[in-house]
Amino acid sequence: MTDPIATRAAKATPPRVARQIKGLSDRAIAWIFVAPTIFLLLAINIFPLIWTIQLSFTNYKANRLNREPEFIGLRNYERILTDSDIWLNMQATAHFLFWTIALQVLIGFALAWLIHRNFKGSNFWTTVIVLPMMLSPAVVGNFWKFLYQPQIGLFNYIVTFFTRAEPSSFEMLGSVQLAPWSIVIVDTWMWTPFVMLICLAGLRSIPDYIYEAAEIDRASKLRQFFTITVPMVLPFLMLAVLFRGIENFKMFDLVVQLTGGGPGSTTELTSINLKREAFEKWRTGYASAYAIILFVTVFGLASIYVKALNKVKER
Amino acid sequence: MKRFNAAAIGAALTCSVSVPTLASAEDLTLCWAAWDPANALVELSKEFEAQSGHSMNFEFIPWPNFADRMLNELNSGGKLCDLLIGDSQWIGGGAENGHYVKLNDFFDAEGISMDDFAPATVYAYSTWPKGTPNYYALPAMGDANGWFYRKDWFERDDIRAAFKEATGRELGEPKTQREMLEIAQFFQGREIDGKTVYGASIFTERGSEGITMGVTSALYPWGFKYENTPGSYDMDGAVNSPEAVEALEFYKEFYETATPPGYTNSYMGESLDAFKSGQVAMAMNWFAFFPGLYADPNTGGDKIDFFVNPPQNQAGSTLGGQGISVVAYSDKQDAALEYIKWFANPEVQAKWWELGGYSAHNSVLNDPGFKDSAPFAGDFLEAMGAVQDFWQEPAYAELLLAMQKRIHDYVVADQGTAQEALDKLIEDWTEVFEDEGKL
Repeated sequence: MTDPIATRAAKATPPRVARQIKGLSDRAIAWIFVAPTIFLLLAINIFPLIWTIQLSFTNYKANRLNREPEFIGLRNYERILTDSDIWLNMQATAHFLFWTIALQVLIGFALAWLIHRNFKGSNFWTTVIVLPMMLSPAVVGNFWKFLYQPQIGLFNYIVTFFTRAEPSSFEMLGSVQLAPWSIVIVDTWMWTPFVMLICLAGLRSIPDYIYEAAEIDRASKLRQFFTITVPMVLPFLMLAVLFRGIENFKMFDLVVQLTGGGPGSTTELTSINLKREAFEKWRTGYASAYAIILFVTVFGLASIYVKALNKVKER
Repeated sequence: MKRFNAAAIGAALTCSVSVPTLASAEDLTLCWAAWDPANALVELSKEFEAQSGHSMNFEFIPWPNFADRMLNELNSGGKLCDLLIGDSQWIGGGAENGHYVKLNDFFDAEGISMDDFAPATVYAYSTWPKGTPNYYALPAMGDANGWFYRKDWFERDDIRAAFKEATGRELGEPKTQREMLEIAQFFQGREIDGKTVYGASIFTERGSEGITMGVTSALYPWGFKYENTPGSYDMDGAVNSPEAVEALEFYKEFYETATPPGYTNSYMGESLDAFKSGQVAMAMNWFAFFPGLYADPNTGGDKIDFFVNPPQNQAGSTLGGQGISVVAYSDKQDAALEYIKWFANPEVQAKWWELGGYSAHNSVLNDPGFKDSAPFAGDFLEAMGAVQDFWQEPAYAELLLAMQKRIHDYVVADQGTAQEALDKLIEDWTEVFEDEGKL
């Protein structure tokens, strides 16, 4: 049976073009269509990646065009992996990743579950909750910087309203203990709505008849939640975790606005440190090695995670 | 024939006067940081536009992004700037990487002598290698880190009595760094007119150069040196000397006991805000801001006074300021050089000082009336006599960022000891100089 769309497309092809492609196989035509995309992919992604790998074995500095780069083997990799400061940056990144994802998943799922109840005004509240996600990270960073200001910031006043302490007795951004939590709070405030939306999509995809069947079987609400809701939303949740994980691994703008990596290097995430090495110190070879290590880490973790996600989906 | 001759001569004269000007009229772009003196330069440059026929455009970048933006521009061979008033520390990179035009031949041809400018500014803003007669910039804006304070508070009888009771001495401009800390601690948390005020606002910024510029204002008076022998890159024993350790501990104590809460990442803007909002009794900042501070209707005039960075073991101030260079990638170098020639003129330099720029020209600085021309003029002269600058090496950014990290880790994040911070700094700097092939 002939595909009517294909027939129409064949008829719509100008005779000159039709004559030209007449001798080409389907495979060749497919290649012609795909070639521009492949070319762009090679030019924008693959070529820079290969070049970065090559640079990572040199002492090249992009601000010293008059100095010949030297091949230094694995020295950059060795320096990075044995640098205790870089491991501290990795720890700061891991802390940020773990807590932002944990809090966003918990709060995001809870909010989605509430919104899914379809109470009066739920659409309005959905819009309100989603608002932070629509703001620019630079704006959010500046805005929270004022909120965290110990003398005039609203955040300190709210905390001290409950604790009865002096508002200026603690500094969210200036304290080594509190600064890592201050960036977690802001990222959670901003991106929990994203997780909520994905969870909401998951909750709405569960057919009502499954719950009806469970009701007939006299399954309790708690049982329904753990045996129907959670397993069916889990692939969506895992997807949200993947997106947030990748995004937060490369977190830069929000944290730079809030703390600039400080106090000291307490909130200097790997992306901030990498930017300093590459575009402030101009240690291009070193920064390339650093970028490759981060790329392999993210790619490796994401691959393992995607395999786990596929297994969950198959269940 | 007579009529023809007259017409021909008239036409020739017209051509000789106007054509070269019109033919060479250029749109010049001058790049600098966005701050008070930049506005003064815009005003000053109108005269150049009128005289030369060239038109001036300005690209002013906020300080925190200035180095990042401009060094990227230079490193990429960008043509945005024809003239650049770049920081003193960029001179090494500007010269060695070919970003700046060498000006020796031009100065010789135009009769511009570096002897006409203050020696400290020529050394810091113009020469590379340091101290050699190879000029890559004309001193444009002399500057140093200084202090200002609430004169009205210092003069109040109740406050003076309380200070005398607390310290046993009269309240006045500090003569040493320790005295300054004592005054700041006296004001810390004090109630003045029903409002809690704090000691002083100092530089603690992490991202660009803030905390380094602040801490060196303590290090230099204690006698800090970058090398045991100039040019040797032999830093052990100099950078981490007992005096340097003491100075660093002093700065940390200052930060912890005499600054407003939340000033963990503060630089020029935050220092000005703290003072203008009446939060602090004293503040450090660059002399460049002093004309604006003096003119401020709320905290300027009779309410403010200024003092040079106090000595401790010796006099010492952190150098600021910049030289003006012609960018090597500019297509309008001739017109840019014309601007430099005009700017070097003593009359223009005098007007530059009048408008709020800090001229480094001897004719301005040595004028008998200079010291009394502004309340901070004498302090400026004194500061410029004892200035010290950060490394001006081509790898200055790496050296600076290493110091930013080590100092901020110790002072603000309270990690490790002063000795450890300076020892680690030597390790970082040694690595940089090894990479540079200088060690």
